Amino acid sequence: MDNRMTPEELDEIAETERAAQGQFTQQVNVCVAAGCLSCQSQAVKDALDQEVARRGTKDHCQIKGVGCMGLCSEGPLVSTSVVATNAEGSDGARKEVLYKKVEAADGAAILDSLEAAPVSRLVCPTDVPFFQRQKKIVLENSGVIDPERIEDYVAHDGYVGLIKALTEMTPREVIDQVTKSGLRGRGGAGYPTGLKWSTVSKAVGTQKYLICNADEGDPGAFMDRSVLESDPHRVLEGMLIAAYAVGASEGYIYVRAEYPLAIKRLRTAIRQAERVGLLGSNICGTRFSFRVDVRLGAGAFVCGEETALIASVEGRRGMPRPRPPYPAMEGLFGQPTLINNVETYANVAPIIRNGGDWYAQIGTEKSKGTKVFALAGRVQNTGLVEVPMGISLREMVFEIGGGIPEGRKFKAVQTGGPSGGCLPTDCLDMPVDYESLAKAGSIMGSGGMIVMDESSCMVDVAKFFMDFCMTESCGKCIPCRVGTYQMHRILTAIGNMTATQQDLKMLQELCDLLRHTSLCGLGQSAPNPVVSTLKSFAEEYRAHIEDHQCPAGVCGRPAEKETA
Amino acid sequence: MSSYVAKPTPPTQDKRWKLVDATIRRQGQQARGLIETLHTVQEAFGYLDTQALRYVAMSLRVPLSRAYGVATFYHFFTLKPAGEHTCVICMGTACYIKGAPQLLDAVQRDLGIVPGETTPDKKVSLLTARCLGSCGLAPAVVYDQEVAGKVSTAAVREHLKKWTTA
Repeated sequence: MDNRMTPEELDEIAETERAAQGQFTQQVNVCVAAGCLSCQSQAVKDALDQEVARRGTKDHCQIKGVGCMGLCSEGPLVSTSVVATNAEGSDGARKEVLYKKVEAADGAAILDSLEAAPVSRLVCPTDVPFFQRQKKIVLENSGVIDPERIEDYVAHDGYVGLIKALTEMTPREVIDQVTKSGLRGRGGAGYPTGLKWSTVSKAVGTQKYLICNADEGDPGAFMDRSVLESDPHRVLEGMLIAAYAVGASEGYIYVRAEYPLAIKRLRTAIRQAERVGLLGSNICGTRFSFRVDVRLGAGAFVCGEETALIASVEGRRGMPRPRPPYPAMEGLFGQPTLINNVETYANVAPIIRNGGDWYAQIGTEKSKGTKVFALAGRVQNTGLVEVPMGISLREMVFEIGGGIPEGRKFKAVQTGGPSGGCLPTDCLDMPVDYESLAKAGSIMGSGGMIVMDESSCMVDVAKFFMDFCMTESCGKCIPCRVGTYQMHRILTAIGNMTATQQDLKMLQELCDLLRHTSLCGLGQSAPNPVVSTLKSFAEEYRAHIEDHQCPAGVCGRPAEKETA
Repeated sequence: MSSYVAKPTPPTQDKRWKLVDATIRRQGQQARGLIETLHTVQEAFGYLDTQALRYVAMSLRVPLSRAYGVATFYHFFTLKPAGEHTCVICMGTACYIKGAPQLLDAVQRDLGIVPGETTPDKKVSLLTARCLGSCGLAPAVVYDQEVAGKVSTAAVREHLKKWTTA
């Protein structure tokens, strides 16, 4: 059977789906992404389903499981949308309410409220900076569409970008648009995406591969997981457009095995796309063919590094190799390979749909567009936010994040995971973009943002990250394997109040050594947390070494710490 | 690649080897399928023992040393059977800041084991995770696949008590 999708058929699916959804005057969306699921949101959805069935209102009231709505700390979140009917009849406007901390028992009350006043005890105000300051491009469908139905994605302009690229643009034009947009790699390093694509498209090889890096290893980062759980088709569409642009015909999505829900939804999405002919041979009747397979990571942080990731996809230990040759020339199975992060691919479809110039209007001069951050730690509102580049850290922490709970004092914000740094109070007015963060001694990283208050000891935090790098070092190059161990040993000594000034000097020397002699990014950036805390919180190190005191009262229990 | 080399027969009559064989076939009996196959074995049997590693290595025609190397390199693979219940404490940054070390301390003291171990009565295995991605709910603990958020020391103790006394 010929199941090639034509643009007209896609339009038809979109129209049918929109018409079907338009029949529902009442819509209740329940978040079924991992954050809310662990607060029993599935029970809430089941209760709502039962209640609707019992009332017999199935024909106009729709209960839908959707992706992440952002404010994970207040979950389970439920949003309702009702076509407002007043004396003059319906004008199509919808009344929307967001509810927080909903329990299964609240189902009836919420359904009752649809035609009446909202349930005040559960209402989550949406006119606060947390929602107002965001600009959603990557997350535009998160919390809106059902991640397990391709029809819903198509009804929300899904795969329009792909059709446009395939039928109206040459691969060169696609790359030009991406270059014009100024999009940079969202995995952390910020390499210009257009440049990478054009290198791969020019590379010579019998077969080109595409890889999507979803090995989100940074502790404290969950953006990629959320995108995959909330809108998996967006990533597929981005990959398809990229594959068309660079001439790849086979792709892999490398996902952490720790994300079972993301894997499940991704596999569902791939199956659906194959069924309607958006993946496979001769997509949309063109000569373009593309296949995607999921590869599971197995819990190695170093596999976020591109050459290590390639080794892992090939079924070997995830150990990096020296570059050049870069994967763009010699990657998977020795062939030219394009590797981008989940969020990078998620940005592609809107860029092609709306043009590169549209995207380039957002953000700062050198960092365009938006960035998704996972805001967590000692901050009032924890969750997922997407903001334009160039927003200040102060706005992130105090407006969107809602400040520090329990009246405590802000101390630092950590960005970029174990490869990043801690930014103190005087960095608060700095804009968040690739260059500014690098200048301040941190990195953009994949987007984890952990806020710390005065109860955190910076030496302890540095030790925590060093412990991480030490365990995760693959052991291939000596500076990283031995250096991280020695740095961890010194930091432990400082924490136990047994270190001397000599040790501190050695620590600084090791920072320099690791940075310049390690093979891959893991070792090169492993000193960052130490360097940044040494710079901004030198006083705390001094207090540990000279006064044998921990200002935050965290360190200095060697007897108990031994067992940890 | 040729398929002339006879495929080894599964070590036991266990039906679960059929799942493993399916993955091996899907990967074209090639070395690149090593990690995928080990995932299937672990999913089916819960852990990787020497017998399984030998079988996978032979089926994919890779040296046993490489199969063992991959199995020990990645944290996700375990060579020991887990206890009846597993308790995973997230030690990601957000959870660390919000008191995961205290949770771990308490659990270690209650159970008398360190992460990666199982209690002598094979009731509970204690593990730590790098990051579950549930940072909005820090500190997070996974009890037998079920994620619980904003866990207090008292709560985790209580939960474990239910397991150990049951």
